[in-house]
Amino acid sequence: MSKKYIKPSHLALSVGLFSASFSGSALAAGELHLYNWSNYFPPTLLELYEKETGTKVTIDSYASEDDLLAKLQAGGGGYDVIFPGASTLGIMVEKGMLANAGINEMENFSNLLAPFQTIAGDENRKYSAPYMWGTTGFTYDPASVPGGNLEESWKELFEPRDELKGKIAMLNEMTDVWNSAAYYKGIDKCTEDPAEAQEILDLLMAQKPDVKLYSSEGTIDRMIAGEVPLHMQWNGAAHRVKAKKPDVVYVYPKEGTSFWVDNMAIPKDAPNMDEAKAFINWMMRPDIAAEASNYTGYSNAVKGSGEFLKEDLKADPAVNTPENYSDRLRAYKSCSPKSKDLREKVWTKLKS
Amino acid sequence: MAGRLSRTKIRALLIGPAAAVIGIFVVIPLMLMAWISIQGRDYSGGVIWGELSGEAYLRMIFERELDDSLAVNFNYVLIILRSVWLSFLTTVISLLVGFPTALFMATRTPKWKAILVFMVTLPFWTNLLVRNYAWILLLRDHGAINGTLSWLGIISEPLPLLHTQLAVAIGLTYSFLPFMVLPIYASLEKMDLRLVESAFDLYATRLMTLRRIIIPLAVPGIVAGCILVFVPSLGAYVTPELLGGGKTLMIGNLIGLQFGAARNWPFGAALGILLLALVMISLTFYALKLKNTGGNTQ
Repeated sequence: MSKKYIKPSHLALSVGLFSASFSGSALAAGELHLYNWSNYFPPTLLELYEKETGTKVTIDSYASEDDLLAKLQAGGGGYDVIFPGASTLGIMVEKGMLANAGINEMENFSNLLAPFQTIAGDENRKYSAPYMWGTTGFTYDPASVPGGNLEESWKELFEPRDELKGKIAMLNEMTDVWNSAAYYKGIDKCTEDPAEAQEILDLLMAQKPDVKLYSSEGTIDRMIAGEVPLHMQWNGAAHRVKAKKPDVVYVYPKEGTSFWVDNMAIPKDAPNMDEAKAFINWMMRPDIAAEASNYTGYSNAVKGSGEFLKEDLKADPAVNTPENYSDRLRAYKSCSPKSKDLREKVWTKLKS
Repeated sequence: MAGRLSRTKIRALLIGPAAAVIGIFVVIPLMLMAWISIQGRDYSGGVIWGELSGEAYLRMIFERELDDSLAVNFNYVLIILRSVWLSFLTTVISLLVGFPTALFMATRTPKWKAILVFMVTLPFWTNLLVRNYAWILLLRDHGAINGTLSWLGIISEPLPLLHTQLAVAIGLTYSFLPFMVLPIYASLEKMDLRLVESAFDLYATRLMTLRRIIIPLAVPGIVAGCILVFVPSLGAYVTPELLGGGKTLMIGNLIGLQFGAARNWPFGAALGILLLALVMISLTFYALKLKNTGGNTQ
């Protein structure tokens, strides 16, 4: 964004890159190309899969699901397996961007926990299988909050105690923030009622002076460095904070805690369709899913993977959701355009 | 006659590649952006091709009420004004810091000039993102600045430096300062120092010399520097995101939001066109100004 002078050498370089991008799509058989978030797939599994099947696996990473969607909308990239979240998955299914891989008929499909055998947008799991799932709650450091204990409620975040005012960090995610505020106010997160949207906006505007920053990046370091005592956070990140600060508490707010699922799916024009299907089936094996969880710090959806998990994961309630919290979990819902529009308006007003 | 013809042909051939690059990488994308901004919105990203709509431009100032009537909405205008204000502030600070720097550089010996120019360009060896992250380390509560101040006993509570508009202004100034220094240096370097000596001979004070001789001669550089700082500041994305703490949007972030989470491509494209228009207006303004002052000094 700050390039002012374009030197001839730069120009030559960009023309070279431009022509190179046309010639890079010839792919041989026995290969598999994954496209995933960065740091979200264990390198050990790549090696193991190559060893077991002889298929050579490569991996590319994206910084946001919007990048993933934009890349596929712009026409591929030659990827065989992608890892979209629920809302992106829904759009991809609706737009016919995915291959009907018949995942629900795969050998290892029965290994999946029942709640994950379906998902909004791909109810029969024809196009997708779950990879990791997690929750959006908040984390606090007991040493830095009054009394060393907070209620298990969004109230602590949205209407903070005086001692915590100005010390709160929020995720900079429109949907996550909107949903949590809706749970706290007891409003349907897909509401189309402007009056209810106004209530959410009022809550967020009143909270804003108490918020130190909105950011989804570096949440782990921020908690470890003690820059904020209270951080809206994803549970896997909370688990990684605990590695350095074992005392921190991850809260599943009682009004409702979003849980999200990242999925594996195959683009319609994937060059290595058979390898991609075999790979997804392989990923539903308990020992393999456990290995992925051990690396990412998030839960998987495969039955019997528990015995292969690392001890610290099993012991951490942030990752291994306690049974009595299960009624607090709220699944993804696909909202109407009208509701999405309200959400966006509220977010822009909050930030203007 | 034949020679002249072939010369035109050669000229066309020589201009051809540059024209093709500009056409493919600037004109066509811009037309695409303008076209997208008047298409219907596809709520899952992208646009409904062929469905013409002016909704994206209406949205900048008006919002739809529940019954579809229009009401005035200043949110986006506010974001745009803030962007202009922050860019203006950045330009002024850069000028205040950059002009003395450039004057100092231009009056050194040739050997020192080379070293100083090299030092001004040194930050560009590092990625913009990394440079902005470095400011996070300096400005944060337990960072270098607050750490030093509290060690000296000047403050007991850390000053809120990071995640403020001030932090954004600092970050932008730091990022774009070389673009101010270098053009001013270029115009001052060409300056005939004998003019300054003559001014002193004619009993001009230092301030008068600066005002009447040096600054008028530096005007082309100052104008170029102001453009080079103001324009990229206006579209800044990384700095407000990292140093502003996500509390306040600038127009760059607003556009990013439309193509990302909000999935409103036509509106994003329309804002892009607006940004372009703002840049064009400021460029025209400066160009006119340059023309006027250029006429006065000669």
